[in-house]
Amino acid sequence: MSQSTTYNDKVVRQFAVMTVIWGIVGMLVGVLIAAQLIWPGLTMDIAWLSYGRLRPLHTNAVIFAFGGSALFATSYYAVQRTCHVRLFSDGLAAFTFWGWQAVILGAVLTLPLGLTMGKEYAELIWPLAVLVAVVWVAYAVVFFGTIAKRKVRHIYVANWFFGAFILTVAVLHIVNNLAIPTSLTHSYPIYSGTVDAMVQWWYGHNAVGFFLTAGFLGMMYYFVPKQAGRPIYSYRLSIVHFWSLIAIYMWAGPHHLHYTALPDWVQTLGMIFSIMLLAPSWGGMINGIMTLSGAWHKLRTDPILRFMIVALSFYGMSTFEGPMMSIKTVNALSHYTDWTIGHVHAGALGWVAMISIGALYCLFPRLFGVEKMYSTRLIEWHFWTSTIGTVLYIVAMWIAGVMQGLMWRTFNEDGTLRYTFVEVLQFTYPYYGLRLLGGMVFTAGMFIMLYNVYKTWQMAGRQTSDARIVEPAHA
Amino acid sequence: MSAFWHWFVVIITLVFIAVMVWLFVATGKARVPSGTNKEGEETTGHVWDEDLTELNNPMPRWWLWLFYGTVIWSLIYLVLYPGLGNFGGVLGWTSEGQYAEEMERATAQFEERFGELSQRPLEELASHPDALRIGRNIFAHNCSTCHGSDARGARGYPNLTDGHWIWGGEVEQVWHSVYHGRQAVMPGFGGALNDQEVMRTAVYVQQLAGVPVDASLAAAGKRHFDMLCAACHGADGTGNPMLGAPDLTRGIFIYGGSMDDLRYTIVNGRQGVMPAQRDLLGEARARFVTAYVLSLNDDRGGASSNGSRDE
Repeated sequence: MSQSTTYNDKVVRQFAVMTVIWGIVGMLVGVLIAAQLIWPGLTMDIAWLSYGRLRPLHTNAVIFAFGGSALFATSYYAVQRTCHVRLFSDGLAAFTFWGWQAVILGAVLTLPLGLTMGKEYAELIWPLAVLVAVVWVAYAVVFFGTIAKRKVRHIYVANWFFGAFILTVAVLHIVNNLAIPTSLTHSYPIYSGTVDAMVQWWYGHNAVGFFLTAGFLGMMYYFVPKQAGRPIYSYRLSIVHFWSLIAIYMWAGPHHLHYTALPDWVQTLGMIFSIMLLAPSWGGMINGIMTLSGAWHKLRTDPILRFMIVALSFYGMSTFEGPMMSIKTVNALSHYTDWTIGHVHAGALGWVAMISIGALYCLFPRLFGVEKMYSTRLIEWHFWTSTIGTVLYIVAMWIAGVMQGLMWRTFNEDGTLRYTFVEVLQFTYPYYGLRLLGGMVFTAGMFIMLYNVYKTWQMAGRQTSDARIVEPAHA
Repeated sequence: MSAFWHWFVVIITLVFIAVMVWLFVATGKARVPSGTNKEGEETTGHVWDEDLTELNNPMPRWWLWLFYGTVIWSLIYLVLYPGLGNFGGVLGWTSEGQYAEEMERATAQFEERFGELSQRPLEELASHPDALRIGRNIFAHNCSTCHGSDARGARGYPNLTDGHWIWGGEVEQVWHSVYHGRQAVMPGFGGALNDQEVMRTAVYVQQLAGVPVDASLAAAGKRHFDMLCAACHGADGTGNPMLGAPDLTRGIFIYGGSMDDLRYTIVNGRQGVMPAQRDLLGEARARFVTAYVLSLNDDRGGASSNGSRDE
């Protein structure tokens, strides 16, 4: 078939497969460092397997390699279907795939070697950061170029979210990475002191807001109504929660710096806007769940829909938990404890991973040109391992975190702390064990998925062809 | 901050909140062009990718009120607490103020409860159960980082339980070490001695510590020792607590007693630092922790180094 009559599904296929691969890699590294917290000597003091170097590898792999590939795959798929045109440029789209894989490979090599910029979630050294920026600009050109040549007047809601995610991540990444190189592998940030911390957490929190929230809401807005066969519940709700979400998120970063050198008034603004973020965040959950509400009966037979409804539930839960944790008095207890780790994983495993997995199970049969996945039973198994893994993980971290916070602030009558650091650590060990188990169960599910995807690909035979462009219903 | 930035923050914050409220109110009222689907539901009439459509349901009322509620809460908070630029809030709260207040309260409580006890002689405190409990707590949180939670030291940090004192074990000497700190200064002799000479000196130091060594090498090393080291460590190597020069005859080397360690020490010198606790812990707490350290070496029985904490 000629290119003018088909969608570019090749790049979607590539990103979709790599999502599964990088998911497994990133989660395995997570399992390893979770084990290191229980057995610090596990990797025999080999420097490049040490916790401090593997932890950024884990976060980069799951956020940017797994999450990023999932976002590329689903946004390329959805923007073509909802604009009724092929991607703006096949060449640039291919460049984003290979460029992004090169960035990930660079991370896998440099981070264990201890080469880092030292900024959380922005560790990549400047040459890789430059490559990220170049790939991202190409991504923006492909995405917005496709929007520009769309055959329908209205831009579908999923594309608003994907668009906001692409634009904002470009701005965040570039501003936070501004640095003066001193060698090929080293650089100094142009900011210093508290300003550097503020820029870092303006970036850090909006990376959560735009990479891990807006992007995945875009995914949700395409795949939930598709899979449920239902209309989006409320157009107005999607408009209001879109604009308020992207506007208010920008203010929330300072809540990462409560009780620090950051001026009190900035901390307060970060806190109140985090509280005001609750309703805009929940708008997406309400719209998703209410969209599914006409299709409750399908939940019994369709594990893909179940992935989506559970993802939306975890999304609602963690976007409630987040504003609560941003309140100074709560933060005084929760900050620096494992509660934060639990909160992040409620979002990362429960929301980001589960909505991606649901979307991928929806995607793979279409990309391979088969009726459905090789085995629905295996999806069912994956659903339960994901859900149980996530629950084990976050419950362990809740208990550990709250108890750490309470133990750290318990005083003897002479004004000394009741518990030494080591005593608190000793208390935490069983929960580290439970967390490790949760992570292993979740990762096991990813292997089930890999097998299922492989068998589905086998079913499809060797030839996979791109789908034919659908004509718009209303010209 | 300057008046300009103050008003910049105030205006941008309040205008932004107002725009957000307007977004919620105006969208709720706006009319959306609509159609009806075959189930009879009101839609926007848009269709994408064959079957993606949108219903025109109103926004849930409870959700709107959830948002207005958070806005009202935030505005009240901005009146009460610092947030709007230089306006400090009507409660006058600051994080520094909260810290100072809590510290003041804790200090007053401590003084009231233990001030009198802390002034008793250190010898008495070293066998007083309350003083030892407090001292152990303070030690665990402040001293154990270097000296270990069992006070048995670590490389570079002396063992406080073995009765071997670099700066002297008398009550007043230990108190001085804790309260005023200590700064050891062993100069490096890499400039004065060549490799061969350094090696011989190290062999002699090992001999002093009772290690069987080559007698002729040690004898050669003794010449350098007498010339360069004896001034502080004494002609017999038994050290000088006044200078913090350790006794080299007991086989206790906090920087390591191997050939390599000794050679490094001789070539580069050592500058051990015990920080003064006067400004860190204050007098009363420093007295309790000194008493605890003394008790670790108390032959008459006091608290043992492995004693469990009283509940």
